[in-house]
Amino acid sequence: MITEILSERCNNCNTCVAVCPDHVLDLAKNDQPPAIARPDQCQTCFLCELYCPEDAIYVAVVVPRSELQNDPMGNIRRDYGWDGHKEEPLKNFWQLGGLLREGVMISSARYALQQSDDKKPEKKI
Amino acid sequence: MNEIIADVLVIGGGMAAGWAAISAAKTGARVVIADKGFMGTSGVTAPAGPNHWWVPPEPGLRKAAVERRLESTFGLADPVWMERIIDITWQSIPEIAPWYPFSGDGKNGTFRSGLRGPEYLRALRQYATKLGVIILDQHPVLELLARQDGSIGGAAGYDRLNDRPWNARTGAVILATGGCAFRSGLLGSYNNTGDGYLMGVEAGAELSGMEFCVSYSISPAWLSTRTLPYTGARYFNAEGQLLSIPGWDKPREYLCKLADAFRTGPVYADLHEAPVGLPAVIREIQPATVAAFERRGLDMFQDRFEVKLFGEGTIRGIGGLRIIDDVCATAVPGLFAAGDAATREHIAGATSGGGAQNAAWALSSGVLSGTGAAREAKKRRKALNQSEKLNPLGGPGLRPSDTIKTVDNKAAIQTAQNEILDLDKALWRNETKLSSSASLLDAAWSEIRNNLQGRNLDAVSARETAAMVATARWCNASALVRKESRGMHVREDYSQQSPEYQSHIITGGLDKITSYLEKPRVAEVVS
Ligand SMILES: Cc1cc2nc3c(=O)[nH]c(=O)nc-3n(C[C@H](O)[C@H](O)[C@H](O)COP(=O)(O)OP(=O)(O)OC[C@H]3O[C@@H](n4cnc5c(N)ncnc54)[C@H](O)[C@@H]3O)c2cc1C
Ligand code: SF4
Ligand code: SF4
Repeated sequence: MITEILSERCNNCNTCVAVCPDHVLDLAKNDQPPAIARPDQCQTCFLCELYCPEDAIYVAVVVPRSELQNDPMGNIRRDYGWDGHKEEPLKNFWQLGGLLREGVMISSARYALQQSDDKKPEKKI
Repeated sequence: MNEIIADVLVIGGGMAAGWAAISAAKTGARVVIADKGFMGTSGVTAPAGPNHWWVPPEPGLRKAAVERRLESTFGLADPVWMERIIDITWQSIPEIAPWYPFSGDGKNGTFRSGLRGPEYLRALRQYATKLGVIILDQHPVLELLARQDGSIGGAAGYDRLNDRPWNARTGAVILATGGCAFRSGLLGSYNNTGDGYLMGVEAGAELSGMEFCVSYSISPAWLSTRTLPYTGARYFNAEGQLLSIPGWDKPREYLCKLADAFRTGPVYADLHEAPVGLPAVIREIQPATVAAFERRGLDMFQDRFEVKLFGEGTIRGIGGLRIIDDVCATAVPGLFAAGDAATREHIAGATSGGGAQNAAWALSSGVLSGTGAAREAKKRRKALNQSEKLNPLGGPGLRPSDTIKTVDNKAAIQTAQNEILDLDKALWRNETKLSSSASLLDAAWSEIRNNLQGRNLDAVSARETAAMVATARWCNASALVRKESRGMHVREDYSQQSPEYQSHIITGGLDKITSYLEKPRVAEVVS
């Protein structure tokens, strides 16, 4: 859930308010950053962070940022490689399908092994 | 009030909406997109990244791909439709090259079948804008508007950032509002509340295949993510014993075994046996999945974590608005449906398949509905400016039939979730369970119907609540009618597939749900 908009970084551009798919935020007013008005509607998609040009937003996952060893602020934009963070942001994207199928093979082979083990009489004890 | 005039109104802002708008705009039509959220971040594709059904145009390859998929459709799909969507997908994706950062495929070629969500939707937005499409973000549609002859001539909604109503007068309307996951928490599905089904049925359209809504995806218990990392996961019970869970190649067995495990207590997973190449690239392929662990203070490849199955309803289920021709028209003149809002039975039959087809369907049905709607709108162009009176069609949540009273929206949504997503009810259906669900859902519906009225911004959530309960009723009613087991629909009391039911279950109606069986066009082709 979105927990922070840092006023010292925010330039009040309202991009996050416009891009949040779930209408969590209210427009910036009186030199204040946008308000987190409806946090219960937040689907933790991190996309406001991705679009924030100032890395002013933090979307937390259960644990408050202050309790984490490494501060993940700004990681989303860096990991997606937006705004020049990466030259070729989707260099390895083609591996998606192969990795998915490999995982399926791993679990189905494990299951087959478990089934044959279960059939061995000594296992039943 | 802010009135918009255009040829085609596309409702939604996901993949289907984007492709629909692009294809309509290419014909020269004036196109407006109205999305509940922001076209670029909303819909289930945006935070994800779909792989598309991708088969090169070699007749042998395509025929083989269609035949392979046809085997798992349980006689409800149409090979002609399948070939059509493969071709449209193949033709369309390269068009976004000016706006999408395509990279290599590991073999000196370009990788085009899979696209990362935020970049994909951003590219569709830029492409549509280039073609002159007007995009209204944060403009949820509340209801359709009908001309005097019953055909659809526009829609009305609420502009949530400016806190004011708006309406549009258009030649044709496309519903690309996505499927419905009943607010299960499924990644990206908060807006997917079945609004398009409700609006369509209010206009007189019908639904098809709503019983095929039994689909779940595994994720960390605290946040739904993409599922790539978990395909090789090991599962454990609370005592730390390794569970015997089939692989994803056996989707039903996999789900049933997991459901058994959840019945006895929490279930945990670890990724110690994940593909060795995964850790190096997961951050690039799915940054948000990494964040789900990192920000929770966990090492995703080392720590054991609790998991949950998130209901996918008709998103990776199949049902949706019935379409009557190959440009995705509904039975209501002027109204079209695309993507998860439309039934996917034509290409998926009774199983969801392993993905890829879903995105290809969203893309292609978008493209087709765009051409269909643009053609329809051309016929209406002269009449557009004559300011014929349009009738608002929205009922539940907007115009209660009895006195206005406070309705507990949360409780109503909870009822829809309990009756449709509960694993025991969904995976092992029978007459007793379905009938009991029907009465609970009917009770929730009566209250909404009689008493619920949302005003201004609250109208949005009132309509969402109404749409979720309505969708749950159609799903449940279809499941009752299908007295057999087929694909993802499994009945304990009718455990066999029956030739009598090699048909689509068509449902419609609001207070009284009507249903009938319709033979698929494919019946002769496969049998
Ligand atoms: C996690 C996940 C991973 C997936 N991966 C794959 C994959 O790898 N391959 C594959 O083939 N398929 C995949 N799918 C399925 C695929 O993503 C969907 O089939 C596809 O996104 C459907 O597109 P759509 O445009 O119909 O719906 P969506 O993308 O869900 O868009 C619906 C849109 O409608 C808008 N809307 C809703 N109600 C209203 C309203 N009242 N007014 C205005 N707008 C409204 C929403 O804001 C949203 O923009 C996946 C699905 C999920 C959930
Ligand atoms: S996008 Fe970032 S900088 Fe702009 S208003 Fe939001 S938090 Fe502030
Ligand atoms: S994480 Fe997603 S839903 Fe939450 S505020 Fe940001 S954009 Fe909105």
